[in-house]
Amino acid sequence: MIRVVLPAHLRTLARVSGEVTLAVEPPVTQGAVLDALEAAYPMLRGTIRDHVTQERRAFVRFFACGEDLSNEKPDTPLPEAVTAGAEPFLVVGAMAGGA
Amino acid sequence: MSSVRVLVGTRKGAFVMTSDEARARWDISGPHFAGWEIYHLKGSPADPNRLYASQSSGWFGQLIQRSNDGGKTWEPVGNKFVYEGVPGTHLWYDNTPHPWEFARVWHLEPSLTDPDTVYAGVEDAALFRSTDGGQSWHELAGLRTHPSASAWQPGAGGMCLHTILLDPSRPGRMFVAISAAGAFRSDDAGQTWQPINRGLRSEQIPNPTAEVGHCVHRIAMHRSRPGVLFMQKHWDVMRSDDGGDSWREVSGNLPTDFGFPIDVHAHEPETIYVVPIKSDSEHFVPDGKLRVYRSRSGGTEWEALTDGLPQRHCYVNVLRDAMAVDSCDPCGVYFGTTGGQVYASSDNGDSWAPIVRDLPSVVSVEVQTLS
Repeated sequence: MIRVVLPAHLRTLARVSGEVTLAVEPPVTQGAVLDALEAAYPMLRGTIRDHVTQERRAFVRFFACGEDLSNEKPDTPLPEAVTAGAEPFLVVGAMAGGA
Repeated sequence: MSSVRVLVGTRKGAFVMTSDEARARWDISGPHFAGWEIYHLKGSPADPNRLYASQSSGWFGQLIQRSNDGGKTWEPVGNKFVYEGVPGTHLWYDNTPHPWEFARVWHLEPSLTDPDTVYAGVEDAALFRSTDGGQSWHELAGLRTHPSASAWQPGAGGMCLHTILLDPSRPGRMFVAISAAGAFRSDDAGQTWQPINRGLRSEQIPNPTAEVGHCVHRIAMHRSRPGVLFMQKHWDVMRSDDGGDSWREVSGNLPTDFGFPIDVHAHEPETIYVVPIKSDSEHFVPDGKLRVYRSRSGGTEWEALTDGLPQRHCYVNVLRDAMAVDSCDPCGVYFGTTGGQVYASSDNGDSWAPIVRDLPSVVSVEVQTLS
């Protein structure tokens, strides 16, 4: 199972606490994980990726295994530790300041 | 015995305030959607327990929330706002073409007759409609594809469609206002539109009497006389007696005619309210005094309403969607400030008291009168 950690606002929206676990068929890519996440929690559609372009929203970042994967292509396989469930895939609200 | 429900949108969440007809003691719930900007929430006239809320953030974008129990519980519904066809361009601040880009929903206007039908005014300016309770949204593209649209420019707050008025006497007639394009009217349920800005004068644009380009801040009507419209423009308070075909200035003796909200008394179609703001470069009330101005003559002659409002060291603003009236007798008037206060008057505006003083900056105030 793939472990996904959502930022607090999206956990509230999805009505989950703690990590989300998802079954994702290989190859486990960033895009496949986000597809599975949105299928399981449709209210998250449009909050992480644009509805139409599927591009990451500007102030959302993706981290895993101590690396920033935000600018990886959606079809890039995620690290083995994420695929194996040893490490979570982190969806992060960027430290962007704001009011 | 009636009761009143006040729906307040703030920069950091929504609040629902309820009272009996005396409007003296209030129960306050919230924040709902804590931490998110709530530009607007409004109830359906056809089913007062059906509420819609616009929830957004710079991080996670736009959401629409729906309640079926008067705001006790909420569920997210559709948030996919996609312009019809190839969106094209409008003008940017520097006069260069800029692609139409969806930013947020500024205003939600439920149908007068169908709880599942609701209109959304968005930035960049366009009008969307849902007929399935907010699950799916479709653009009424005749507005955005009006021949003048490629010349529309944003106001300082963005190019937002912030006002939607539905004519209760003529199904299919509706009015919208866009900063800074102006006011528009449709007589065919939003399929086609015409600018209705004749009589407006805006010195801030190259042609002060242009057909479009005016920064209309708000329009209001009384449902018994939908042909009479009142407008708070960037500068100037205006009035139309012919459904927007022509406008005349009714700023009269206001201390400043800049401002954002305007509203009409529930039972007196010639009684209107504004909150003068010092200027477009100083978005706070003049002289440190928070004053609502009331005209009982449909404009021109105004009186300051100050009883219960701070009259020194006050430097708040009142935004365009942050004033509303109830339909109790006497009429209640409500407004929220950028300082987080929500003030209520249960006597036509003669006196005021805060419902609450320390909310996040208030963006919108709506009122439901429940029987």
